Amino acid sequence: MAIAAPAAHRASLSSSTFVIAKRGALKFLRTPQLVVVGTLQGAMFLLIFRYVFGGAISSGGLSYVNFLVPGFITSSVLFGGMGSASAVAEDLQAGFIDRLRSLPIPRSSVLTGRVVADMAMLVWSLIITTAIGFAVGFRLHGSVPAALEAFALCIAFGFAFDWLFIALGMISGTPQAAQGIGFMVFPFTFISSAYVPVLSMPGWLQSFAANQPVTMMVNSVRALTQGQAATAALGHPAGYFVVRSLLWADAMVVAFAPLAVARYRRG
Amino acid sequence: MTPSIEAVGLTKRFGETLALDGLDLVAEAGQVLAVLGPNGAGKTTFIRAVATLVQADGGELRVAGHDVRREPGVVRSLIGLAGQYAAVEPTMTGRENLEMIARLFGQSRRDARANALRVLDQFGLSEAADRLVRTYSGGMRRKLDLGASLVGEPRILLLDEPTTGLDPRARIELWDAIRTLVEHGTDVVLTTQYLDEADHLASQIVIIDHGKAIAAGTPTELKQRAGHSVVEVHVRDSLDIVRVAAALAELGDGEPQIDEATRRVSMTVPAGTAQLIAELPSLVAVGPALEDIAVRHPKLDEVFLALTGQSLETPAESPKRRNRQPAAVA
Repeated sequence: MAIAAPAAHRASLSSSTFVIAKRGALKFLRTPQLVVVGTLQGAMFLLIFRYVFGGAISSGGLSYVNFLVPGFITSSVLFGGMGSASAVAEDLQAGFIDRLRSLPIPRSSVLTGRVVADMAMLVWSLIITTAIGFAVGFRLHGSVPAALEAFALCIAFGFAFDWLFIALGMISGTPQAAQGIGFMVFPFTFISSAYVPVLSMPGWLQSFAANQPVTMMVNSVRALTQGQAATAALGHPAGYFVVRSLLWADAMVVAFAPLAVARYRRG
Repeated sequence: MTPSIEAVGLTKRFGETLALDGLDLVAEAGQVLAVLGPNGAGKTTFIRAVATLVQADGGELRVAGHDVRREPGVVRSLIGLAGQYAAVEPTMTGRENLEMIARLFGQSRRDARANALRVLDQFGLSEAADRLVRTYSGGMRRKLDLGASLVGEPRILLLDEPTTGLDPRARIELWDAIRTLVEHGTDVVLTTQYLDEADHLASQIVIIDHGKAIAAGTPTELKQRAGHSVVEVHVRDSLDIVRVAAALAELGDGEPQIDEATRRVSMTVPAGTAQLIAELPSLVAVGPALEDIAVRHPKLDEVFLALTGQSLETPAESPKRRNRQPAAVA
């Protein structure tokens, strides 16, 4: 005769997601190196581009600071994702994921908890980078609803890239490997419209730069926050970039979320 | 009463390696079962299969009567897992760790808090409860890990090499903690490489090697079969080794083991100190050739040798095996 399972011994998806997400967030926030380096590095980057290189870069009809900050904010979304690849790899390697899988929780809560933690960290870092942007002279030239739409889009992009990085973290064996592979995101952030106009690049780079997802994402944020001036400089209205960037985001989720889930299931 | 764990013909292959090769094992309710075996024997794979972390390729596995393949969720609610797993999150406090696991067992915030407190008390961690786990010593972390496996009040506790890497004092403290748990009615299944650990904690031992159970019995039964003690001598001059070995061979039934490099000769004997004292006269003749003499418990490979007639194929002593058997007269 089988022993009956104790009645209350199963956590719901929402409470287990919350508990796991809380642990993920605390882990990051209580590791000073991660928080400080991440913020400092980002701020330094911005300052260097804004004040050191900015004078030498011609950004069409927009002042460089208004051109740069949307690019900076969007690419910081990506850099944040790299951290979650390492975190996932570390959890796998240390046996924490195994420990969670031996608990009577819904299987998906391990991943949903990770995504919720990452999204919370993302919103937090978006607020900080936006504040820094305003501090160095960025100003809105579009409507406030459009600006809010840009903010929401950044969260959507973050969500899409999160799945890519979670899948990466699960596949690399160690946090170091995850970080190493994560560096492959660099060409995408630099060979894009984030820091310089695509048209300033040599012809052979332009076709890559003009059509890759990061460029679409950056330009949609740029167009939404800078209104008419941006549309003139970029050659297309905001809607053009928003639609394309959302298509890219969808494609990434469709490609990487199942990969992450499958890898997690296979354990 | 339903056994805690029943494995019949369990097989599991990882690529080229056959980790489990038809493992049969029964852990009865109300007892502590030690699964004893060298590195690579399949102990961890077995525990992972019971914890539903890995699916066996073949055979049957039931936990408290529930088939792990068909009812994994139920099995997970009945077990607690501790040992080689980093269940403890270093960037959270001891209390936060325990409350987290308790909540993942479906407990309310209030129950989780109460259970965490109970466990912290139980393991003497109340003072350190609100410090981050990264400030804890190794022994404290293991205790917290053990506590985390208990906060959900499991029916069966699975401990995978619980004291590996611990210093002798922490080891003994953990043993005491485990013994107390057993007294309170938790079934325990633990894996270990150390015969003394199995001896101290278990009422039943299953010896496994190469994914199969090769012997089972109470500690006393196994030691009787394998010889109660080992007489080990250190010979001063390697020229005397053969002579000394011959003298030792008189003490028991099997063959003396000779290690030329360290000039040690050991012999498994059916009884311990009493016999040594009684038979001392027969060793007098070789007395002058001996640098020291000791009686100790059999090591795992000596038990293997006695039980299987084959020597254990262990690679060079694993760095984890820091605990040498003390050379004491038993």
